[in-house]
Parts: sequence; C-alpha cells; structure tokens
Amino acid sequence: MVFELYDTEDFYDELINNDGSPRKEAIPLVECIKSLPNNILRCRQREAENTLYQQGITFNVYSEKKGTEKIMPFDIIPRIITAKEWNVIQMGLKQRIEALNLFIDDIYNEQKILKDNIIPKSLVLSSECYLKQCKDISPPKKIWIHVTGTDLVRDNKGEFYVLEDNLRCPSGISYVLQNRFIQKRTLPKAFQKMCVHPVSDYGDYLYETLRHSAPEGIEKPNIIVLTPGIYNSAYYEHSFLAQQMGVPLAQGSDLKVINNHVMLRSTKGFERVDVIYRRIDDEFLDPDVFNKDSLLGVPGIMECFRKGTVTLANAPGTGIADDKAVYAYVPQMIKYYLDQDPIINNVPTFICDNKKDLTYVLENMESMVVKAVNLSGGSGMLIGPKSTAQEREEFSEKIKKNPRNYIAQPTIALSRTPTIIGKNIEGRHVDFRPYILYGKSIFVLPGGLTRVALKKGSLVVNSSQGGGSKDTWVLKDNFHNSKTTDQHCKTTKL
Amino acid sequence: MLSRVASSIYWMSRYLERADNVTRFIDVNANLILDMGRERKDAQWEPLVRATGDEEIFNNLYKEYNEKNVINFLTFNKKNPNSIISCIHNFRENSRTIREVISSEMWEVANALYHLVMKHSRKHKIDDLQEFFIEIHNYNSLFTGFIENTMLHDEGWHFARIGRLLERADKTARMLDVKYFFLLPNLDYIDTPYDAVEWGSVLKSVNGFEMYRKQFHRVNYKNVSEFLILNEHFPRAIRYCIHSISRSLQHIINTLGVDVLISLKINKLRITLDEANINYILDNDIHKFVDNLQLKFNAIDEELDRIFFNTTISV
Repeated sequence: MVFELYDTEDFYDELINNDGSPRKEAIPLVECIKSLPNNILRCRQREAENTLYQQGITFNVYSEKKGTEKIMPFDIIPRIITAKEWNVIQMGLKQRIEALNLFIDDIYNEQKILKDNIIPKSLVLSSECYLKQCKDISPPKKIWIHVTGTDLVRDNKGEFYVLEDNLRCPSGISYVLQNRFIQKRTLPKAFQKMCVHPVSDYGDYLYETLRHSAPEGIEKPNIIVLTPGIYNSAYYEHSFLAQQMGVPLAQGSDLKVINNHVMLRSTKGFERVDVIYRRIDDEFLDPDVFNKDSLLGVPGIMECFRKGTVTLANAPGTGIADDKAVYAYVPQMIKYYLDQDPIINNVPTFICDNKKDLTYVLENMESMVVKAVNLSGGSGMLIGPKSTAQEREEFSEKIKKNPRNYIAQPTIALSRTPTIIGKNIEGRHVDFRPYILYGKSIFVLPGGLTRVALKKGSLVVNSSQGGGSKDTWVLKDNFHNSKTTDQHCKTTKL
Repeated sequence: MLSRVASSIYWMSRYLERADNVTRFIDVNANLILDMGRERKDAQWEPLVRATGDEEIFNNLYKEYNEKNVINFLTFNKKNPNSIISCIHNFRENSRTIREVISSEMWEVANALYHLVMKHSRKHKIDDLQEFFIEIHNYNSLFTGFIENTMLHDEGWHFARIGRLLERADKTARMLDVKYFFLLPNLDYIDTPYDAVEWGSVLKSVNGFEMYRKQFHRVNYKNVSEFLILNEHFPRAIRYCIHSISRSLQHIINTLGVDVLISLKINKLRITLDEANINYILDNDIHKFVDNLQLKFNAIDEELDRIFFNTTISV
C-alpha cells in the first residue's frame, strides 16, 4: 500500500515505471513490500540499522571528536540490476579496466599513446597524480590496478555512464557484503524469489587476485593487508578484508625494510612479506620517497617495489588515470589499445585546460557540474543548478587561476529508486559502484554498492555528505522462466 | 603472529579481566561494610583505592574518600585509567585493532559490552549497580566462552590466557590486601563469627564460596587465604593462575622455537608457590608477601613485552 502515492516525477526509476507500475523484474520485490504493513517495514529497517551498530560496522567521522563512530545509513529496499543490464555493465567494465591498465603501464614505460598524440603529453605529465617514481617500472604480470571500484551513474533515459574509475584505493566493498548479509534477513522471501547472484565469495576472489600478482617465482606468497590504523574512516573495511582472506592486517609500524625486503614484525622475529594489499594512499606510503612526515607508511617500501621484491596492490601511480582530465580520454584509450568502441560511455567532459572548453564551461556553469581533477568524495565540486550566483562567481575565479585543475560535466539527472523516508517511500537519487578484480582474468563481482542521496533532491551520494547505501541485486539470467527457474534456483542454493 | 597483534590480544584479555575485578573489589567492600556495621562506615572506602594502587590519581580528582567518590572513581571516571569505563574502552579498542584475528562473535560481545557501559555511565548513578556488575560478569564469561570455543587454540589463544590469568592473579592478591586492610587493625576479629562472615563475602566476590566449602567446610581466614593463594584447582587462586600461565608460555616458546629467560622466571615463581606454606605466609607479613608477588607479576609482564611484543630478535 505504501507504493500508492509513489511518484517517479519523470526521473528514471530503478524499480517503478513512470506510470506507477513496477518494472517487470521488480514485481516480486514490490509485491513483497506491498504485502508488509507499513510499521513492519520500518521495524525491519530499524532492526537492520541496529545490527550494523551492534556489529560495529561504523565509520569514523573526522570532523567530530576523535573516535566518534557512525553507521552508514542502510535502506532496506534493494536496488535491482537485471541480467541483461548486468551483461552490458560487466563487458563494459572489463573492456575499460583492460584499457586503463594498458594505459598506465604505457605511461610509465614507453609512452606510446603520448608519442602518437592520442592524449596531449603535457596534460598527462602535468598531472599531480603522475608519479615520476614509477617511471620504468612494470609490476608483476604488468598488473597495476588489481582492485577497482568504478562509479557508474544512470541518466533519465536509463543509460549507464562511467563517472569515475577509482583506481587507487576504492572502498565500500565491505558494505556490499554486509548489506547483503543483513538484507537476506530483512526481506528473505523476496530475495528467495528473485534469483540473486551471491557476493559473499569476494574474499576468495580477492585472495586469488593477490596471490596471482606475487613477485615471480614465489609459489606461496605471504599476503597482508596494510591499513593506516583504527582511526582511519575505512578501518572496519580493512580488518574485514583481512578477516575474509585470513591474512594479517598490518600497520606501517609493523613493517620494516631489511635488505630490500619488506618484513613483518612477528612474535617469532621478522617474516618476509610478498604481497601487500595496501589501503594507504600513495603519498603516505613511503616517507623516504613521498610525504616525509608520514608516520603511516614504511620507509624503503618503494625501493622494494621498484626492485620487484614486493607487490603493492594497487601499484603506486595508478591515480594518473583517475585525474578527471585524463579520464576524459578513456574512450580514446579503449580505441587505441583495444581497437574497440567503449561499451559504457564516459559522462561528456569539458577540460578547462582547453581554451575552447574553458569558454564553454564559464558560459554554461549554471547547468554543469564543475569538479577539481584530483578530488573525490563530493568535495571541491560545484553543482551548477543548485549553486548561487556568488558561488559560481567564486568558482569561475578558481578555474581561471588554475584551469588544469578543473573539468566540467553536464548535470546528469541521476536515476532514482524507492527509499524509506520517515513513514513513506520516496524516490531518491542513486549511483552504483561495482568492484573489479584484475588477476588471472578480469572479474566483476556481480553486485556492488548502491549509494543513495537521502536528502530530497540531492545528487550527492557520498556518506560524508548524508548518503546511505542499499543492497544491489544483480539478477541471474534465468529469472523469468517462472516455475522451472524457481526450482533451479532452489536446487542451486542447496 | 604479528607482535602488535600478540600484544593486543594480551591486553584485550587483561583489560576485560581488570574491569571484571573492579566490580569484585567494590562488591567485597560493599559486603564488608554491610557486615561490619555502621560505626566504621566513614573509614571504609579508602583501602579500596589504596589496594588498587591509584591513590595519587584519586587525590588529584577528589577531596574525600566517601562511597560516592570512590565508586564513581572506580566505575565511570574516564580520568582513572583503571576504572571500569576506561578498561572496557581499552578492551574494545584492543579488540578492534585485532578484529581480523578474533572471531566475529568475540567482537560483537566486546562491542555490546562497550555500549552497555557507555549507557550506564550516562545515567550518572552510582547506587544500584548490582545488576550492572552482574552483566559485566556475564559478558566476561560470554567473551571467554567465545575465546574458548571460536578461536584457534594457538599462539593467540595462549597470549589471551596469559593476559587474563596474570591480571587475575594480581587482582586476587590485591583483594586479599583489601581484606587485610580492614582486619589488621582489629586482630580481635580473627576467628570470630564476624570473621567467618567477612571471609565468606570475599569468597562470594570471587565466586569461590561453594567450591571452598567442598574442601574446607568451615570458613576461617587461614583456610580462605590458603584457598585463594595456594589452591591448585580453583581458577581464581594465584597458584592456579601461575601454573596455567607457565603452561601457556611453554607452549608459545615451543611453537616459536625460541629459548628465553622468561620461562625460568615463571618457573621459579611456580615453585615458590608450590612449596609455600600458608602458616609461614600468615605468620610473616602478608602485605609483604602480596607486594612481592605483585613485583614478580610486573616483571613477567615486562619480559613478555620485551620478548614478544617489541620484538628485537633479528632475522
């Protein structure tokens, strides 16, 4: 009954057609929600949040008192991705990651793509994210981006676009697994009916990816996760991943470089480490090479990486392709390295470093989103349609002062999905972050993090700015063959 | 195992045991007060702080040793590093840094206990803490149960056990001290019915009353002291703790294949306790005996830290 007043307001809605009827694939879910009395739904919502709190699945809030913890709001109405949609997403991401990895390897080695003038050399080499310390390095098996969490958005026609690639230390995967864990308890009947791909084997895939990337000749690598420590906002995730893989979780102070090897301080003495899934940013990784004041990193670790005695996942320097001005050229990279057309498009991007683009951006700021090239998390950003004249004025000055630092994109009317708001269900804007692992082959986890902007009308989904999350159900192919499929699903579950 | 992880497991265990023991301290004291009658009411809270060794911090925070101040100091005062709230905070932070090592069940108990203590501390009430104390005991038992049943019984488990039992041995010793602070000025009490009641309270505070009865049937100070210091089978007795620590340590040393002095130290202490005679201890100064034990416990702690936690063994 709660859906009766639901209005898609002409946005693309993930579950509901514009005429108010549920999308074909979402029917069992919507029916299930409709059958639950309003208060039961809210009760389950509270229970779910309570579970997160009890399990201490919290992130630390920097702006508040040291150690203050909050849960990321979790909405119990899942988002659905059909098998057909998933097929396209999966192929598109594999293609993209392959091209991006080739690009990074090329940039730090031969720079063919620059020599062939596909991407302006000055643009790439002037990026803050270009690390000269990575020049002439090729990590084991030439894999740079072992783990990616690509941000996808959907416009009001339902078309998917890549918003950001997140090739450095993408976070959020622990929420994907925990959300699913809780979701299965919250709406078990709907879940059972819909034949959803499992996500709980992510730890196995991640472990295998890391194992595959070990320095050459090492059969049973010693793998660890490296965290900045318990005050990091993603600490929960770091410990969760170490737990899922059954490997040690280390801090910088637990490691020491001895004779060109990274060693772990153990009760037995020092033990050699071969693969580090590091969740410390490049600049804090090695005080000998980058930020000298960093207490989080390990002095000498970059030298070990250069010498190939240790694998860092992801490799340092991958941020070069995260620079939003470089991102604009990913379609060209796909064409150049793979001779293919991109399966998922970029959001059209105007590079302020280009005179022509700059003029256009300055004239059309009201309708655009302007972003700093090297910032994420929704900061350093101007959303044109929601800005005041004064804000636009201030931003124009910033752009003119340092055009290389900015890009602009048309404002996309992000798709929406039904979300519990107080006593009602209302549409809220969402994005989607699937996770991709690059090991023996490229693997896309059939699921991902759907982030939802809980504030009415807001397009900013980041948890630091009032965003929540949802479970994402990627449906299996055979969903529609009613009875036989049901049988099939049940038996596969057993 | 990472040195830092070993250290965190050890301290996780110690802090939980410490918090648990603070409730037992308060409980012993409260019972003694009830048993002893009114006239001594005013003087009875100071020994409790003295026995925990935190007089200096107390004196900086409060003017007077009364019930309210002392209980507040021992339970919810965050400025006291050994208050229940501080211990449980440290217990949880240590658990958090090794969340990938301990089981999820353990972590959830740590988290729930932390939230429970925070909730109680916000009430600003110090009377009627009985229920709260019982909950702490129960959580402690639940947590140690999960250690027992969900963790691998390997190196980490042994470090957890050493932490718990070293803390417990130390606190049992201090608990005896609390009791003697009460009694020594009044030797007349010894072997009177009062004495039996009081020692009974001590036994109840360590959940040892029934087990004691099985062995000695009647309560008197000598037997209770013997039971708490020298019993081989009672899990809160100092000798039992030292025996178990010794075994765990030996296990760790064997696993790691290291040869370290610490085993000598602990064995010496074990033999001292094996050969000790309760009459001799009581005839001499029991304070001194307890003090001496505590010095040895501290020495063991320092050795553990030096050898396993701040490992300096080279490659």
